[in-house]
Amino acid sequence: MKADGIGARVTRKEDHRFLTGNGQYTDDISLPRQTYAAFVRSPHAHAKINGVDSASAAAMPGVVAIFTGKDIAASGIGGLPCGWLIHSKDGTPMKEPPHHILAVDKARYVGDQVAVVIAETLEQARAAAEAVSVDYDVLPAVVDTATASKAKASVHDAAADNVCYVWGHGDAAAVDKAIASAHHVSSLDIVNNRLAPNAIEPRAANAAYDKSSDSYTLYVSNQNPHVERLLMCAFVLGIPEHKMRVIAPDVGGGFGSKIFLYAEETVLVWASKRVGRPIKWTADRMEAFLSDAHGRDHVTNVQLAMDANGKFTGMKVTTTANVGAYLSTFASSVPTILYATLLAGQYTTPAIYAEVTAVFTNTSPVDAYRGAGRPEATYVVERIVETAARDMKLDPAEIRRRNFITTFPYATPVGLTYDIGDYPACLDKALKLADYAGFPARQAEAKTRGKLRGIGLSSYIEACGLAPSNVAGALGARAGLFEAGEVRVHPTGKVTVFTGSHSHGQGHETTFAQVVADKLGIPIDDVDIQHGDTGKVLFGMGTYGSRSLAVGGSAIFKAVDKVIAKGKKIAAHLLEAADTDIEFKDGVFKVAGTDKNVPFANVALTAYVPHNYPLDKLEPGLNENAFYDPTNFTYPAGTHICEVEVDPDTGKTQIVNFTAVDDFGNIINPMIVEGQVHGGLAQGIGQALLEGCVYDSESGQLLTATYMDYAMPRADDLPNFQVATHVTPCTHNPLGVKGCGEAGAIGSPAALMNAITHAVGVKDIAMPATSERVWRALQGRA
Amino acid sequence: MQAIQLHQPASLADAAKLRSGNDDARFLAGGQSLLAAMKLGLNSATDLINLAALPDLAGIKVDGNRIVIGAMTRHADVAANADVKRLIPALAVLAGSIGDRQVRNVGTLGGSIANADPASDYPAAVVGLGATVRTNQREIAADAFFTGLYETALQNGEIITAVSFPVPEKAGYVKFKAPASRFALVGVFVSKGTGGVRVAVTGAAGSVFRAAGVEAALAGNWSAAAAKAVKLSADNLNSDLHATAEYRAHLIPVLASRAVTAAG
Repeated sequence: MKADGIGARVTRKEDHRFLTGNGQYTDDISLPRQTYAAFVRSPHAHAKINGVDSASAAAMPGVVAIFTGKDIAASGIGGLPCGWLIHSKDGTPMKEPPHHILAVDKARYVGDQVAVVIAETLEQARAAAEAVSVDYDVLPAVVDTATASKAKASVHDAAADNVCYVWGHGDAAAVDKAIASAHHVSSLDIVNNRLAPNAIEPRAANAAYDKSSDSYTLYVSNQNPHVERLLMCAFVLGIPEHKMRVIAPDVGGGFGSKIFLYAEETVLVWASKRVGRPIKWTADRMEAFLSDAHGRDHVTNVQLAMDANGKFTGMKVTTTANVGAYLSTFASSVPTILYATLLAGQYTTPAIYAEVTAVFTNTSPVDAYRGAGRPEATYVVERIVETAARDMKLDPAEIRRRNFITTFPYATPVGLTYDIGDYPACLDKALKLADYAGFPARQAEAKTRGKLRGIGLSSYIEACGLAPSNVAGALGARAGLFEAGEVRVHPTGKVTVFTGSHSHGQGHETTFAQVVADKLGIPIDDVDIQHGDTGKVLFGMGTYGSRSLAVGGSAIFKAVDKVIAKGKKIAAHLLEAADTDIEFKDGVFKVAGTDKNVPFANVALTAYVPHNYPLDKLEPGLNENAFYDPTNFTYPAGTHICEVEVDPDTGKTQIVNFTAVDDFGNIINPMIVEGQVHGGLAQGIGQALLEGCVYDSESGQLLTATYMDYAMPRADDLPNFQVATHVTPCTHNPLGVKGCGEAGAIGSPAALMNAITHAVGVKDIAMPATSERVWRALQGRA
Repeated sequence: MQAIQLHQPASLADAAKLRSGNDDARFLAGGQSLLAAMKLGLNSATDLINLAALPDLAGIKVDGNRIVIGAMTRHADVAANADVKRLIPALAVLAGSIGDRQVRNVGTLGGSIANADPASDYPAAVVGLGATVRTNQREIAADAFFTGLYETALQNGEIITAVSFPVPEKAGYVKFKAPASRFALVGVFVSKGTGGVRVAVTGAAGSVFRAAGVEAALAGNWSAAAAKAVKLSADNLNSDLHATAEYRAHLIPVLASRAVTAAG
């Protein structure tokens, strides 16, 4: 193995920049004649807007312009699009009420944008925004997920019962039959709590219009600048794409929340031409809580049918998913395509049916958040499997083993074909690392200290590497899901790689450079990775769904192959040999079976100084593009084991051990993979133990809109993680990789909740399992 | 953004004068609560009177069987002080548990108790030890000092100069933290000394209060078991996003028993 090649623990190239405060984030960028925006946001969850009086605000010092929803509507601008069309089981398309970029007639959640104030300074913009007077008639708010479809009020007139769609997936009749003939049916009612994404860098944008070229530049904290450009230009503002450059510079975390096209940056671009000056906006933390798309928020009943041996025969899942006040960019796909297709988990359950009712409420829009549908699916499957083990008096590891898929490829009853995996191997490795066999002794010892000890498993699977474009299209996607890459070899043999993937914490500048350096046999410092700029990168679908390496990395891999293929032709000319006789290894082109060779850098120089060059057959230059469209999803999978101690006097849970054994396929940089797993576990543990958006059930006010009230996981909430991998290489991409960014957040909540409910001896405790909830469960146990 | 006038008085008298007659003036005694409230628009002070430059307001002295801590003494200095650690270790532990390192390096004893946040730590020590609050005008007994939610017995222009803590025979403080804010969901300070047994509770109600039931139990039997066996009513305790009154009522005896254990 090369010291900085594939498989090496190369320290992150980007970290020096970040750790020394030299990152360049959107808010760091100020343009000549910069102005600043502040949004007037609705203080009400649901209100009719009778009028907006901005006259006194407009007269305040430094105010450049104030725009309202009426101004936007008058210019003929439509609303924000939803990127995935879901059909109800009766064949009707989902309800897609307009999502104005500034509210026109009604405000539909606390934080909904009603007007924008643009001023010379941020302070002036904020002061004037406070002076904008909006005449509201407050309306009853729809808040609760489970009862939204029965609420008296309607969030949108177009969906009087607040139902966006009722979607069915799988074979309902087969499942009903399995349940009717089962030896035992386990059942569970669970809630997947709503989360705020909390990227450390809040959303930000800076939009500029250049009159001389009639073009726009948008700096935005975003995970997929090309998608942002496409959606904003083609579906909202009608700006020709070639007149818009979107730059997502250093981005301080996204977790899904920066995939989407939001109202704020769209308003800024629209207004930048009107005021003729660049406009900058950066969310403060409370705005982030209110206006970032939230995650999860499912209410589910699951039933699992079994035979006498604990072999699963059918599963029925009924879910209500809260999509919030408006359909965010990918909101419709998360509780459907990204959720129900994963309900087979790692098991051979032959019949599965899921029915998902998506409801509108007067709350922040809900969309993809680290894992996006797959954590919800895993939570359903792994909680009911644990419940089944308890019902059947089987060891939780044993019931899993009895039901594991062991032959591949495997077509699930919910539409996916798993290419490869080794679920028993991951389970066994995790059981060993967690010393599962020693648990009863540790439990007994804890009892002597008055503590309740519990252990919980979660054998998760996810579908990553989104996605075969034709499959996604058939399922309702309104976009392709390939990735693009360009490998530009400079005359000296140094390499700049342009990727459509976007790094906002993942470490692409290192991982991708390792792949290229390894393949070209050059030092990693000779490779630079460029991303996040539609003016530089040929195209891109961006980073989400653990897709960057599997899809974006594969595009780069293909482009490098093209570089090597052309390099061989140049080398053949220089070495006076046939193309087919040239081998490329360790950075050197060589005539097979001889010592005649030419290094990579010499070939590069020849390509750009083509004096001795086959100009009649070959173009000069060494610069190759590739697009890669995967043929299948990738299927990372593994087993997480969590061990907890509960203090019965207070209900406080302490995680005493957490083990994660994951199969991510081949590993490029083990250190970065471990970091991704650690971060994901922290988020999953945060969901299970600490986090949760709470809305007042009457007023629809978000009660958890600061860090005084919304609990993020801190270092002392977490144990030292034991992480390991087991490798079965992905069969259908050239790197054999599957993706690792979301697994931690997907597998861990179920493991933790299985452990807590095991310790306490109850069927369920709602997430987050606060000390009081656990204490109450203990009181009720008796 | 609102303009603020920052005053740097040279004497206590000057400081008091700046405050009297100006309802929009506030004393700045570290500012770890006040400045955050102002940033959030929850406090619209126009004038800040900085007490940091006044002489003799910071410092820790042993005075017979008491420890006298100047009002402008930072939490970090109380936590690290050898006399405090030797004579009232529970007070050092409490000071060392306030907020985070940054808060402890700027926040002060006087600022904390004058603010009288219902979930802050120092009020539990002041009441739990039966301390005396000294001001530029008088001395106020702990039991009379905290009068309600963010309310104290201080009059307009009255400035805390020091707090005098009697050295107890035993004392302990245990805090059960709210997971988000890390303020006390409930904090209990217990002590046993010449003034008898005192049990002060913070975080559970509108203001710090003495848990009479636990005091009675411990007066008869100073033991963790005696404290834990007490059942408290949830009446008048806080119910909020983070905990119900019932849970807080349950936690008080549990934490009191742990504080007794910590007291040694």
